[in-house]
Amino acid sequence: MSRIDLSGLDVRPAQVWGGVRLVPLVRAEPVPGLRLHREVYGGFGAVDLPDRTTYLSYVPHGFVADWTGTGSGAESAAYGTRLGGEVTAADSMPVRRLHRMAKRRRDKDGRAERRLRFLPLHLALEGYLALHFGGPSVVWDEWSREAVRHGLSPRSEAAYAGWSVPGLAEALRIFELHPGQCGMLLYVADALAAAFVVPHPEDYRLLHPTLVEDLYGELVHQYAYYGAPVPEFTARIRDGAGGVRSLADLRAAAREQERAWAAAHDGLMARDLLETSYAFERVQRMGPFDLYRFLPPFLRGGAEQHIGELITDRKGRTVYLKTFRLSENQIRKGHLLRRLADCDWHLGRTAEALGTSYAEVVRRIRSAGLDPLLNAHVVTERLREDQES
Amino acid sequence: MSELVAAEDVLLFVNAAVTATGQREFRSTAAAQHFSLRFVHEYVRVNYRPVYAAALALDINHHNAALIVEQLLRTADEAGGPEEKRAEGRLIAARLALLPPQRVYRLFRALRAAGVNNRRTRAITRAWLAARPDPALDAVKYRSGLKAALRHVHGRLPDPETGDFLFAPGRRVRYENPTLDAFRRARYEQSALYELPFTVAEGFAARHGVPRELFLERIAPRMTRLEQLRTERAADLTVMPLTRLALYVLSLPYGERVARRAELTAALRAAARRAAGPYAGSWGRVAAVLDDSFSSSGSAVKRRRPLAVALGCHHLLEALAAPGAYTPLWTSGGDDPLLVRPYGPTPLGTRILDALDTGPERLVIVSDGWDNAPPGLAGEVLRVWRSRLDPERRTSVVHLNPVYDAEGFDVRRLAPSVPVAGIRDAEDLAALVEIAQFAEGRTGFAELRAYLDRRVELFLAGATGEGARG
Repeated sequence: MSRIDLSGLDVRPAQVWGGVRLVPLVRAEPVPGLRLHREVYGGFGAVDLPDRTTYLSYVPHGFVADWTGTGSGAESAAYGTRLGGEVTAADSMPVRRLHRMAKRRRDKDGRAERRLRFLPLHLALEGYLALHFGGPSVVWDEWSREAVRHGLSPRSEAAYAGWSVPGLAEALRIFELHPGQCGMLLYVADALAAAFVVPHPEDYRLLHPTLVEDLYGELVHQYAYYGAPVPEFTARIRDGAGGVRSLADLRAAAREQERAWAAAHDGLMARDLLETSYAFERVQRMGPFDLYRFLPPFLRGGAEQHIGELITDRKGRTVYLKTFRLSENQIRKGHLLRRLADCDWHLGRTAEALGTSYAEVVRRIRSAGLDPLLNAHVVTERLREDQES
Repeated sequence: MSELVAAEDVLLFVNAAVTATGQREFRSTAAAQHFSLRFVHEYVRVNYRPVYAAALALDINHHNAALIVEQLLRTADEAGGPEEKRAEGRLIAARLALLPPQRVYRLFRALRAAGVNNRRTRAITRAWLAARPDPALDAVKYRSGLKAALRHVHGRLPDPETGDFLFAPGRRVRYENPTLDAFRRARYEQSALYELPFTVAEGFAARHGVPRELFLERIAPRMTRLEQLRTERAADLTVMPLTRLALYVLSLPYGERVARRAELTAALRAAARRAAGPYAGSWGRVAAVLDDSFSSSGSAVKRRRPLAVALGCHHLLEALAAPGAYTPLWTSGGDDPLLVRPYGPTPLGTRILDALDTGPERLVIVSDGWDNAPPGLAGEVLRVWRSRLDPERRTSVVHLNPVYDAEGFDVRRLAPSVPVAGIRDAEDLAALVEIAQFAEGRTGFAELRAYLDRRVELFLAGATGEGARG
């Protein structure tokens, strides 16, 4: 599996508000056997990591994937959805232990339920942040002792919440859901910002408002801030001589307009998402479904790069999908880390592989914010030698 | 050319004055609506002052009527000669008589705040106050409004008791007038509450700690029709206007709508027949495309208004069409008007095609003008239909739009070839279709002026007739 397969989802005409374009994705039939719900957390969440550290975070909501099949009785669509958290004292914030990013739910007797709780986009982000988390595997002189011992920790990336992206909240509010809608592609200034797919239209209807609380990349925020309103692709019926003679002709021409839009969209606007090959990593098996996270090839040269997570069914068709668009800086960083890892973290060889000089590679590492990892003394020495020779 | 522009400007203003209320809409904020409306008012007032005044005779909404009166009185010196001033004065007086009193008091207060105190304003205010049927009731219900108005225009007191009630409350121990006396007693005894108007009694009830349920039950006979609706008491559905009734129906949960189907449908049909009046059954084959997409949910302050207008229009068109010759097409594809709900996209284009398939004599589209599945298809279908398939205009197409578009200073139109009119109450449908014909651009300013003059004449005749009756 190397591509995202959106078969079974049809594109409907976009709705435009300012610089935001929302393209609905519609399923003819909901996917049987899997439902996705929202779980609302009040207050802060604490996640225990394997290395005994804990990180604290504010988590607006989590997703619960439920593959018991619909109509199985007690576990209905609204399971786990509730407003607000537990009752709290006014002067304290509740802290909720989440243990792991994706976790099987257990019932009171400790049996694993056929339900999985995970935080939206955290799988994907974790995948990106943990990219070569271990740091150099060979103790080259250039790397600081800290880097060799503790790797690239701690690493962080900034993202924007949906409500701080100008115009997005309004666009999501006035968006008119299609019957059978199971997903949406979100464009800002006509750049694909995010994709979101769920198995069932009812789930989508409930989860649509959560889009405004999600993470969006720096690029999306900037495009929304500086971008101009995007044009609407209005229908245009050609009615030259002999074109339209009866009402049936007119109807056919109108149908043709809808088809033309769908074809143009898939080939033109969503091409980079659908045709790039990604590196998939399976996180969890859930009956006939698999939960993956995926990373882009980190190719430089203008193509969009998305990280994300998805659930596929047996045939590899996408049942759930959520993506995060990386900014140019993040792509560059990923690219650099990949190259360093390929060359065993040897700076000279990396420079060769990248076709540049030693000095340039050092500059790139520094501009990627990895400066503390370099042993400044050794690097300066080597740079001086290079200059003298 | 300039004539055409003038006609367009005037129609734009009429559309704005019918639909816009300065409140939040589905797609624009209250501030945007407000600024946009102010601009349109000023533009038309400066350029077409006689037309601006004449708009008072049309079925515009109360908000705009009050705004026009305020603007006219503020800029009295721009009116032209005394002849024009007199004409304006008559229009203003006739319109004020139709406005709800709380709006008029608010208007007087706005005039006072703006420092407008010319002779004409004083005369108009005094005349209106003198014509109030029950000054004591006004004194109790609109106390501060009445006080401010009287002070501002140096008006004469309606009668000594009311005067004392307003300006020297300590002077009398008791009042002869039962309303005023009830107000005095309501401070001490609970039974006096139920002789007061609902809004006044509400405050006293809270002070006495009367349980809400009990209070509502006992005050019910003193409530106005709207107050009964608002407090969810069974109101008399047979006398309600069509759009109000539609709003009421849409506010009910589905279960109740189904349970009361016969009653609600009968009430809606009866209201529609009343609104249709002599035109009932005279429109021939009619097809309607009615917008029940998500955007018809309106906003928090105009809840479900566009949908209610569509529902009202549905029943009215059913009454106007020849028996059995009416085809309603909801954008959602539903066919039970009683259970409509605002949901889904707006595939207007395909619905219009379906409507044209039935070969109607008239096609009426009720929509906010946003067409998104795919965008612009409705306009294209209508354009090609008009230019290629029906150049002889066998079918007349009218678009009625319940939402003011703040950005465009007008209601949104679907295609240049389709006349559009703003609509606020479904009851006005017939009159609006008449105005819409001017929007086709085939008739000039002269005809429009003639039409307006006719409406003004009718309006003033109606007002004096009513005055004589009252």
